[in-house]
Amino acid sequence: MIRLLEARGVSKFFGGLTALAEVSLTIGKGEVYGLIGPNGAGKTTLFNVLTGSYVADEGEFVFDGTELPSGKPHRVVEQGIARTFQNIRLFREMTALENVMAGHHIRTRATIWGILTQNRHTREEERLTTERAFELLRYVGIERFARTVSKNLSYGDQRRLEIARALATEPRLLALDEPAAGMNATETGHLRELIERIRTDGTTVLLIEHDVKLVMGLCDRIAVLDFGRKIAEDVPAEVQRNPAVIEAYLGGGHRAQ
Amino acid sequence: MNELAELVPWLGKHKPRAARAVVLLVILVAPMIAIMFGRTWVRVLDFALLYMMLALGLNLVVGFAGLLDLGYIAFYAVGAYTWAFLASPHFADAFPAVAAGIGAADGIHLPFWLVLPVGAALAAMAGIVLGFPVLRLRGDYLAIVTLGFGEIVRIFMNNLNYPINITNGPQGINLLDSMNLFGWDLARSIKLWGFKIDSLFFYYYFFLLCVAGSILFIQRLQISRVGRAWAAMRDDELAARAIGINIRNMKLLAFSLGATFGGVAGGLFGAFQGFVSPESFSLMESIAVLVMVVFGGMGNIAGAVVGALILTALPEILRHIAQPVQQALFGQVLLDPEVLRMLLYALAMILMMLLRPGGLIPAHARYSRPEYVTAGGTGA
Repeated sequence: MIRLLEARGVSKFFGGLTALAEVSLTIGKGEVYGLIGPNGAGKTTLFNVLTGSYVADEGEFVFDGTELPSGKPHRVVEQGIARTFQNIRLFREMTALENVMAGHHIRTRATIWGILTQNRHTREEERLTTERAFELLRYVGIERFARTVSKNLSYGDQRRLEIARALATEPRLLALDEPAAGMNATETGHLRELIERIRTDGTTVLLIEHDVKLVMGLCDRIAVLDFGRKIAEDVPAEVQRNPAVIEAYLGGGHRAQ
Repeated sequence: MNELAELVPWLGKHKPRAARAVVLLVILVAPMIAIMFGRTWVRVLDFALLYMMLALGLNLVVGFAGLLDLGYIAFYAVGAYTWAFLASPHFADAFPAVAAGIGAADGIHLPFWLVLPVGAALAAMAGIVLGFPVLRLRGDYLAIVTLGFGEIVRIFMNNLNYPINITNGPQGINLLDSMNLFGWDLARSIKLWGFKIDSLFFYYYFFLLCVAGSILFIQRLQISRVGRAWAAMRDDELAARAIGINIRNMKLLAFSLGATFGGVAGGLFGAFQGFVSPESFSLMESIAVLVMVVFGGMGNIAGAVVGALILTALPEILRHIAQPVQQALFGQVLLDPEVLRMLLYALAMILMMLLRPGGLIPAHARYSRPEYVTAGGTGA
């Protein structure tokens, strides 16, 4: 396994609360890596620290051999990590296409001067950005809504759009925060296909998800968080048998029969 | 322009090209019609154009980037005072010894192509100075700090006559140079084949050129990676961060670019008026410009233009009606025109909220080039 992302003893405290306690994990290139755990286990906190929204109190992330800057989201995106949100966060007043185009921001270079004079480089970049955005909309299957203002899209399509926007940043690691939340079985099925396709096309996926069927079927390896600690990291079948995991989900007293 | 054309009754829907021609024609002949009612009205039009520039600049900050700025007039002041300092006898009056020493015994009189950029640059710097401390603020808090900033600038202008006389305090600076386009003084009327062409006309067309340039620039900005980044930031700052937009830089860029327009408009104002004093840059002016933006339709270029035109012209028209009417009805003028102006703005705001909550021309902002979008769509 070639290491893509490595968390080394990452801790995060909120006042007296330990949200993450020395979490270490390794994600290999081309994997779909699942992150599960009961509510409040620290999954989203880990996402926020990873993507630079929070500053880690201890430890660091190493991404493809370089340490990730802490507390600088735009630098993290530049390095090649993109994320989506648990509660969808689109640019509501922009069309689907423009949302994806905005996602391409970090990969474009036009200057104010270039924009003012509309020189060749700026126009070419703009054309490519538009083209690429159409491609991505097609990729996630919502091209027919390119000109629809994003707040008017259906829930499932908004989820897809958010993924397309994240892909527009040209990530090497795509971090999805509960992408199947609120989806029905059909939509979840489509989502699963999409994630598999993304992996096949060479992007590593980090997935937080509550839908057990989806996680177990999709992920190569899974880490389980409980009260900010990693209590297991293994292939899905092993994780399902792990007594510590069962205890975390079903409570003390319970014994597997 | 296209959005303006759509407003023309009937033609706008059926013959867009004809509608555009009508709009263009009206814009071009407007001062000639106005002068039939007296020079005042051409002046009003000139001021409307200045306010358009201000509204366009503020729209960039408030409408595009979503940063509520209640002290925008401060940048106008910076531009105007830059003009006043660099193109008037003031320097010689304030520092006779220094002025004589550097061979500027009758004050500094730099040409417009030097003063305007300097004013714009200073305003942009003021924008960054304001931008840095407010980076983390949003909404109400941002509004309060910018409001304070606007007042601070005004108070500075009011008091910077001591210990060193830079602004000449509350009296303001007088006898500012007029616009001089490479030897052609815009403030001088020209006699041509027996016709007298009023100087106000020259100012009108020159300002018109400036406004047109501003619109072109802002349109290009909107449909660019910067415009999209601003819109993204406005709609959802957290998500904008998550796709790699550098929020700090984008906010500073919005503040400084917006301020640049304010600075240029301020310089033009100084040259046009020939006189600047702190009174012209009160909080009420900031609010007036904001009302124009909101009234026209936030985040919309055409909206800012129309809002500025209506809210500059309408109070003037009312003023000319209200005074005689009051005189006739009550035998005296009970309501001061300036009070009426604010009353009208309030009324405009209330009516707008009731009838057209999105503003006169609600924003259908585009952040992508239509021709590329169509090309991409058919390529499927």
